[in-house]
Amino acid sequence: MSLSSPAVQPAAGPGARRSSAGLLQAWLPKLVLAPSIAISLFFVYGFMLWTFILSLTSSRMLPSYEFVGFAQYARLMVNDRWWVASTNLVVFGGLFVAICLALGLVLAILLDQRIRQEGALRTLYLYPMALSFIVTGVVWKWLLNPGLGIQAMVRSWGFESFRFDWIIDPDMAVYTLVIAAVWQASGFVMALFLAGLRGIDDSILKAAQLDGASLPRIYWRVVIPCLRPVVFSAVMILSHIAIKSFDLVVALTNGGPGYASDLPATFMYAHAFTRAQIGLGSASAMLMLGGVLAILIPYLYSELRSRRHG
Amino acid sequence: MRTNMPTSLFRKSLLGLTVAAAMSAAHAQTAEVEVLHWWTSGGEARAANVLKELMEAEGYGWEDFAVAGGGGETAMTVLKSRAMSGNPPSAAQIKGPEIQEWGELGLLGSLEEVAMAEGWDDLLPAVVSDVMKHDGEYVAVPVNVHRVNWLWANPEVLDEAGVEMPTTLDELFAAGEAIREAGYIPLAHGGQAWQDATVFESVLLATGGTEFYQQALVELDEEALGSEQMVEALETFKRLRELMDEDMSGRDWNIATSMVINGDAGMQLMGDWAKGEFTAAGLTAGEDYLCAAAPGTQEAFTFNIDSLAMFRVEGEEQEAQHALARLVLEPTFQETFNLAKGSIPARPDLDMSEFDQCAQQSLEDFQRTAEAGGLVPSMAHGMAVRADVQGAIFDVVTNYFNSRDMAAEEAARRMVNAAQAAL
Repeated sequence: MSLSSPAVQPAAGPGARRSSAGLLQAWLPKLVLAPSIAISLFFVYGFMLWTFILSLTSSRMLPSYEFVGFAQYARLMVNDRWWVASTNLVVFGGLFVAICLALGLVLAILLDQRIRQEGALRTLYLYPMALSFIVTGVVWKWLLNPGLGIQAMVRSWGFESFRFDWIIDPDMAVYTLVIAAVWQASGFVMALFLAGLRGIDDSILKAAQLDGASLPRIYWRVVIPCLRPVVFSAVMILSHIAIKSFDLVVALTNGGPGYASDLPATFMYAHAFTRAQIGLGSASAMLMLGGVLAILIPYLYSELRSRRHG
Repeated sequence: MRTNMPTSLFRKSLLGLTVAAAMSAAHAQTAEVEVLHWWTSGGEARAANVLKELMEAEGYGWEDFAVAGGGGETAMTVLKSRAMSGNPPSAAQIKGPEIQEWGELGLLGSLEEVAMAEGWDDLLPAVVSDVMKHDGEYVAVPVNVHRVNWLWANPEVLDEAGVEMPTTLDELFAAGEAIREAGYIPLAHGGQAWQDATVFESVLLATGGTEFYQQALVELDEEALGSEQMVEALETFKRLRELMDEDMSGRDWNIATSMVINGDAGMQLMGDWAKGEFTAAGLTAGEDYLCAAAPGTQEAFTFNIDSLAMFRVEGEEQEAQHALARLVLEPTFQETFNLAKGSIPARPDLDMSEFDQCAQQSLEDFQRTAEAGGLVPSMAHGMAVRADVQGAIFDVVTNYFNSRDMAAEEAARRMVNAAQAAL
């Protein structure tokens, strides 16, 4: 929209012809943007509102408008499976974001040492991001299956007592999601950090070197603080990947064993679409939205504010 | 400007949709039926095609609306969105208590006219026709009957372990031990909620009997759900885990069946759609693979009936729809479809000589149990309770089965909660 402000000025001048052309120029961007804004208003915010309305109704198989207040939320609060799913999201989301950031940063710093074949290595690490989560899920499902994958391979080497059966262990299954998701996304975070590292002014580093700072100290006190905007973008991207994770769960564990590795997204889908509980499903969707906002708003606020001051 | 590109693309596809919708509306005017189903695998699709040919032979059009996806979840989602937009197909593959839910919404049309003319009441067992009726009127037509409580076995593995086909749960556990000692997996299973529930309901039927099954899993009687019998059923069910292999988590049922086919595993508890896998592998029933009622459930028959529910339509389309309903129950379709699908015909009066040994036994048991009262709807396959209750029971069953430390009493208590929450 900022484009339109210089275009407004000619319209303010005298002369009917100039003003009609100017008017067109002033309005064209708005006209052109209007359909997409209207569509996103309707399909994103309109449907959000509709989901909220549905979450207050007793809808089962099809939407109905028999309002029951917050009864669906109350049902959700006593639903054991919902709590499993929410706890899993905290564990999965937290570990996924943290490990991706740490691993991505380390990889980026190592790749930034002007090594040979950097381009090839970079592509290699970035490549998993080109795969769909479904592919990642299926491949890791085979790798993690104790009878087919890593455990079977190591045992066939002679280590008969080797165990790596997290995917069939209800207490550990959620960590298999973390493994697969980190494998997929850490290369991407590395690319983000690498771009950030390349953007740091060499003179700052040289100055730090002249001051006699050791290499780890330069990274810790100078480079990493410079990467703060990159961390911001990475956290944004990773946390939304974590919260909307659905395909990975479906392909890797399908919520199992039992429902031990369920996430809110799979919970919502199961209830709204296969169990004819649209009301309950909508309530869980609203809580997911609330969770996203609860994390993002303070973070956005603090980041944007500190940047304005900084 | 960049945002404009997706918009125009979107508009184009919107235009395309409008054109497609207009075209399908035009089609509907020429006495056509539009049938939503998920018979999409090789044999099933061929079987559905028979129905199409029969319709065309009578001069009606058939618009196929197949939505792939095993359990029909995708198909149901599509159906709901079609129904909400006020444009349901003429017929859809809907089964069990869901027929009642659609009926309550007032969307289904009556088939009484056809049913009277064809004498469906005499043709179908009461248990089956009850499912097909809403408010005393036929609104759906049964396509086939699956039996869920089957035990499948590989005779070579049984021979090697020196055991016979088990007929009681004790024999099953004993046979399982012997098979394990012979170096095979006793019971092939896939760790998915519906498969856990499939095994569970067969165990409950064996330990508690049909009357208890009816009370607990069909009527959702709270006393029955929390009873000692339920605890016993749950404990026995959990013991079966010892007969399964460790890697079953998330395995599809047909992979488990192929373990029996390949001789890696001895037995599998699964509905008769498993037969499709055996047949596809070129095996003959009774020789290359064995079938028997799930141990301890010889006197019971858990049924899973596929049916086509008919939506309320008008004029010529209704005429075509009624023709469809009539043809579905006629012997030609019943025979070809069920031969392909591994199930038995919904009408018990057909010549079964074309069918294999397992199907013949299935039909015999179907008639016998229908008279003696052992015919019960399958909870695991959406015939007994509404989808939300079924889901809640699935959660309890699968969580208990996979949990290391949950007591059976606790699971029974949760089962009661699940039934209460659904009311």
